[in-house]
Amino acid sequence: MNYLKEFTKGFIKENPLLVLVLGTCPSLAVTTSAVNAIGMGFATTFVLFMSNVLISLLKNLIPNKVRIPAFIVIIATFVTIVDLVMQAYFPDLYKALGVFIPLIVVNCIVLGRAEAFAQKNNVLASFLDGLGMGLGFTMAILIIASIREILGNGSFFDIKLTSEDASTILIFIMPPGAFITFGYIMVLMNKLKSKLN
Amino acid sequence: MQKLSSTLPNMILSLSIISVVMAIALGFVYEKTREPILKSKQEKIVNAISEVLPPFDNDPTKEKTNIEGENLVIYKATKGGQWVGSAVKTYSYKGFSGDIVLMVGFLPDGTIYNISVVEQKETPGLGSKMKEPKFKNQFNNKNPEKFKLAVKKDGGDVDAITASTISSRAFCDAVERAYEAFKKGGKQ
Repeated sequence: MNYLKEFTKGFIKENPLLVLVLGTCPSLAVTTSAVNAIGMGFATTFVLFMSNVLISLLKNLIPNKVRIPAFIVIIATFVTIVDLVMQAYFPDLYKALGVFIPLIVVNCIVLGRAEAFAQKNNVLASFLDGLGMGLGFTMAILIIASIREILGNGSFFDIKLTSEDASTILIFIMPPGAFITFGYIMVLMNKLKSKLN
Repeated sequence: MQKLSSTLPNMILSLSIISVVMAIALGFVYEKTREPILKSKQEKIVNAISEVLPPFDNDPTKEKTNIEGENLVIYKATKGGQWVGSAVKTYSYKGFSGDIVLMVGFLPDGTIYNISVVEQKETPGLGSKMKEPKFKNQFNNKNPEKFKLAVKKDGGDVDAITASTISSRAFCDAVERAYEAFKKGGKQ
């Protein structure tokens, strides 16, 4: 088994957001600023590799018929841990991400990787898969968020790029802008993917 | 190791053990983070109070009056025993997305000293501009007795944020509520 491949596939070849198209709801909703994207991305990454590792360790102890509830319990625990830690040490980020942190529980990427990968592979491969997928997801939402923040709000990482009164392309900060950006990035990603193949 | 087969005792045992272990882990993290969470919430309130009032030397969080539970609270600030003003934590349910929580500082005569946005989930780049001085500073040094707390579209004196009339209205609603509370319970 090629471990490096397990790690790198999450970035382009099997990017969870842009190629597998999983977890789009929170991605479209939180990508209004780059800071939000980083916070959401790292929170999801943490949950992904932790749950992947634990599920891979326990894969033989979980009977097949109760695997989904068992996975959900494990994932929900890690999400709640992230939720509490973020609330305690990064209250501003927690405020901004709001309901989307608890919703990582039902993010298809996490359950999808548990089901499709972690329960069939060893711990190291699952760890790398989770980390790669998580960072690939972070990269994807960071790109979308950067474009939306720069065009829609005239700032990047909360640093103003335009003057106070300059008008920006407001639609990019609103939900339709999320879809437009998402669509174009997806096109570029698929182009890149076919070039690599 | 062989995978456990899906018999009833196996399933019950496996799921129960996982749940118990996870519950213990959660309890542990909850205990560890409870203090910091409370502290960061408290800090936010204290910062907001000192932002919206002239200098004071007491602890306003100890001299609070709850008007509507924890939603509408008046914090009294004194300097050398002299009342310098009161900060009112207020809210509005009329926000464009979610509730808005503000801290409004009133001088003893009812003039608004300053306003701080404690919590808001308005659209970034639109309604979230309520945090910027350009919008919120127009309330400073105004007395709601003479300054009508409504956007110009509704016949008031407030310049709304461009493309965010709903957020601006909610902001006015919260300030108005703070003023009513201040009139009722802020003066002694």
